[in-house]
Amino acid sequence: MPRKTSTLRFLAQTILLLFWPAMTVWASDPKGSSSNGTNIFAPASTPAKSIADLSVFVLVITGIIFVVVLTLLLYSVIKFRGRATDAGREPAQVYGSTQIEVAWTIIPILVVVVLFLATARVIHAIQDAPEPAGTLDVIAIGHQYWWEFRYPKLGIVTANELHIPVSDPSHPTPTFVQLLSADTDHSFWVPELAGKTDLIPNHPNRMWMDPQRTGVFLGQCAQYCGTQHAKMLLRVSVDGPEDFAAWVRAQQNLAVEDTGAIAGKRVFESNACMNCHAVAGTAADGRFGPDLTHLMSRTTIGAGAAKNTHDNLRLWIQDPSAIKPGSLMPAMKLSDADLDAVVSYMETLR
Amino acid sequence: MSAVTTSFPNPAAEWRLPYRGKVAMACLIIAESAIFTIFVVAYLFYLGKSVTGPTPREVLETPIFYTICLLSSSLTIHLAAKCLARGIGFAFLGFWLLTIALGGLFLYGTAREWYRLIYEHGLTISTNLFGTTYYSLVGLHAFHVTAGLIMLVTVAVFGLSGRVGEKHSGRINVLSMYWHFVDAVWVVVFTVVYVLGR
Amino acid sequence: MVSNAIPIPGTQIEARPWVDELHQWVTTVDHKRLGILYIASALMFLAIGGVEALIIRIQLMRPHNDFVSPEVFNRMFTMHGTTMIFFVAMPVLFGFANYLVPLMIGARDMAFPRLNAFSFWLSFLGGLLLYFSFVGGSGLYGAGSAPDVGWWSYAPLGARAFSPGHSSDYWTLALLVSGFGSIGTAINIIATILCLRCPGMKINRMPLLVWMNLVMAGMVLLAITPLSAAQIMLLIDRYLGGHFFDTQAGGSAVLWMHFFWIFGHPEVYVLIIPCFAFTSEIIPVFSRKPIFGYPVMVAATVCIAFVSMSVWAHHMFTIGMNSYANSFFTLTTMAVGVPTGIKIFNWIGTMWGGRIQFKTAMLFSIAFLFQFLIAGLTGIMMAASPFDWQLSLSYFVVAHFHYVIVGGILFALFAAFYYWYPKMTGRMLSERLGKLHFWLFLIGFHMTFDVMHIPGILGMPRRIYTYEPGRGWDTLNFIITIGAFIQALAILVFLANLVISYVKGARAGNDPWDAWTLEWSISSPPPAYNFATVPTVASRRPLWDLKHPEDPDSRYE
Repeated sequence: MPRKTSTLRFLAQTILLLFWPAMTVWASDPKGSSSNGTNIFAPASTPAKSIADLSVFVLVITGIIFVVVLTLLLYSVIKFRGRATDAGREPAQVYGSTQIEVAWTIIPILVVVVLFLATARVIHAIQDAPEPAGTLDVIAIGHQYWWEFRYPKLGIVTANELHIPVSDPSHPTPTFVQLLSADTDHSFWVPELAGKTDLIPNHPNRMWMDPQRTGVFLGQCAQYCGTQHAKMLLRVSVDGPEDFAAWVRAQQNLAVEDTGAIAGKRVFESNACMNCHAVAGTAADGRFGPDLTHLMSRTTIGAGAAKNTHDNLRLWIQDPSAIKPGSLMPAMKLSDADLDAVVSYMETLR
Repeated sequence: MSAVTTSFPNPAAEWRLPYRGKVAMACLIIAESAIFTIFVVAYLFYLGKSVTGPTPREVLETPIFYTICLLSSSLTIHLAAKCLARGIGFAFLGFWLLTIALGGLFLYGTAREWYRLIYEHGLTISTNLFGTTYYSLVGLHAFHVTAGLIMLVTVAVFGLSGRVGEKHSGRINVLSMYWHFVDAVWVVVFTVVYVLGR
Repeated sequence: MVSNAIPIPGTQIEARPWVDELHQWVTTVDHKRLGILYIASALMFLAIGGVEALIIRIQLMRPHNDFVSPEVFNRMFTMHGTTMIFFVAMPVLFGFANYLVPLMIGARDMAFPRLNAFSFWLSFLGGLLLYFSFVGGSGLYGAGSAPDVGWWSYAPLGARAFSPGHSSDYWTLALLVSGFGSIGTAINIIATILCLRCPGMKINRMPLLVWMNLVMAGMVLLAITPLSAAQIMLLIDRYLGGHFFDTQAGGSAVLWMHFFWIFGHPEVYVLIIPCFAFTSEIIPVFSRKPIFGYPVMVAATVCIAFVSMSVWAHHMFTIGMNSYANSFFTLTTMAVGVPTGIKIFNWIGTMWGGRIQFKTAMLFSIAFLFQFLIAGLTGIMMAASPFDWQLSLSYFVVAHFHYVIVGGILFALFAAFYYWYPKMTGRMLSERLGKLHFWLFLIGFHMTFDVMHIPGILGMPRRIYTYEPGRGWDTLNFIITIGAFIQALAILVFLANLVISYVKGARAGNDPWDAWTLEWSISSPPPAYNFATVPTVASRRPLWDLKHPEDPDSRYE
């Protein structure tokens, strides 16, 4: 293959490859950078925004470095390609140049200093942020494969779907989350609200977010925690002040007592369900599994593994591994009648 | 062509490179030091963090005598190597056997201490963090002492049957490097466990 | 194998029975044969690890796929990572070091030939032990067999409580055993380089490949051993009731992370530095110029080795270290990019003003430069710890490290194959098949790993056996999978080239590339004893001095 063609092909290839990612991003996201729901460049909260801004700065600098070095590389590959007329003659044997070496040592060091200083500021701003007066405290406990959320000052215990108030920059009401783990390592990652922080047993961590628009923000566990790591999803519902207050009030109530579901409640309490699950105001106070007091206030079950519908709920109780194989909830092997009864009971837990 | 010769500035000058046995042993010592460092770090990190069980202060007794034994064995092996280099066969053997005896005494001391800890204080490797880190660190060292003793005994067997001579000096020096390393590690372990750790 | 016995005129050499030949190979202590054994075993594990990757990619081709169960998937990514790092990358690089270092320093063999053989077989046994786990182990909750705790086996996932059965033990023991083999090889390489150089080859006259393998071996001594220590601790936890990483007893999961990454980070430099070595030999020869800035290249490599020992916790930015620790590791991680960048500039400086020949080995080397540049820059992005709080544990990281390992290490390895295969076998690899291999692999590589950065930015975590539709990840994952199959095809072309050229390739002669280091002064393949008389050298390029007596390097050094 003549050398000239191979170099031209190489060039064409390179240019295509450079534009390839841009084309694919455009192809996959026709609505622009407002969200697939988990886009780190669609921040809705201060930590995520600080990170996004720093990231753009870093991308610009690394982009410039890339263009400069690539230009040098392409230039040398094209300009100094050997030709047939060269055969037998060697080019000038240059061994090095101290000035050039000094130059291309000093410039990168300066780049590193600039990048480091910019980064250190953001590290400090996010990690050492003080808690203002309007802070909401939440404790998140990671389990295999679900999230336990406690609001200690509000007396609320819930699972998998976090509700937090929207924060107005002039009167910030951020949420500070303490991160604990009941078993292995997990990681709390809701990209549009904050960077991720791990939940490690015997090593409490802390993260915060102050979302500035309402909506539902998605995320999932990011640290491999076992078989069903993939389906340990997160839903963070950022509510306006009235909605949040309403949600809190509803969650603080004890479980709804619906006389029509007595049969199901009996099934629930006489099988092993109470050992793992809690329903506030009843005898059930197990902590191994999610709190079910307000199960129907959640849009999904199984930490996002399935929508919270009658059929899914029935299937889940009958055999969790049909929806989430490897889940630690055993198949309860209930009779059809018992199963229907207990599902009806679950559906009263609003 | 299968050979390359170019004009060499000073053909008569000697081309001396280090003895490969020494280089290899130095590398092994560096690698082993890294392993010991990790165990020492774990020991130090977990000081005071045991949730239950006996603490170092409650159960540890400083093994001064056995430490002196081990450290003296460094001196005796050094003397043994020097004697061999000078060709004094019987002195070499004498010091060498003394080294083995001192090393063996040290191991005996460790065994006695462990016996006391297990049966009188109920401290085992699974009792608490202190038990785990203590037995691992001291045990790792004792394992290295044992390995060293096996090599020393092997040489003693060859020596007693008259097969070790001046020409083996290099290898004996390499072996004694290992033995000095084992002693140096004990200095560190002793300081960490019996001095700092209490 | 082309015979490397010296034919005695007038006699006939009988073909040896194959059993004899096999026995020779199994009992060999010759560095060249051990080198080839290392490389061959690495290629075998490359094929197996590649199949594991394809299984992963098929499963992820579309959301909620059910090609494999979650248990199998988790075993696949664990085995893929463990195999590729420990039983492909390390052995193949040790193999090339074994083959080339004694030749390049004019020595007869490595310093300790029997230790060399022992180290190889330890390493190979480790690989077999790991794969025996498919039959012998049982994974998380007994649902699997091979290890499925990820290749880092984070605590407490690797503890008895969360990994009953033996699959974790296979992981631990296989790596412990092969780790001792690696330490043995490292000791051998250092002793060889320091003690067996031919007369005149002062330390600052060694080929860069020799220098870099020296640095690599030194790093192995300090990097593999922390992993060995941590694994001994894990075994004590699992079998003797120890509490090193038992969080219920006050133990620390984070301590495992520190120990693992104190190994893990220098390990990746252990892998890349020999690839720098290949590039530093190949680019000068095909640019027809000496390496630009030899002393700086040496200094930069040593600098990288030292600094890389201080960056490990950049793998732990999300675990909740305080802001000072995070800042420290941000600084050191960015700093290690400086000597690395200097090396890239020096390679470009070597090509500058040269007369570049675009042989396959050179194509792979140029692609290496391009890809290593990108990989380094995405590394700098993640060095900024807040940025890493988003990118860590996502497919961005997976893209980054595959860019380094496949785009960097594997490309440099391919270059080394095309460059030294003639020396090892006496035959040239087909340039036609080589270029086909190159272009196919380049296309497949970029299709997979360029695109893979995007799901990470869009929030896709790693180590998940399936994902939700509608997150914008679907098409991207599909494209990534296609690219993986194209790469697989390219590897098949490469393997075919290795086999076909062995039988039908053009004869190589001593010095097919008109190169300048000592290995090109002897026959291809070299005789068992390497050099009939011990060479004496006066410069860094002894063969240049011979070919250009009017203008020898020794005048300028």
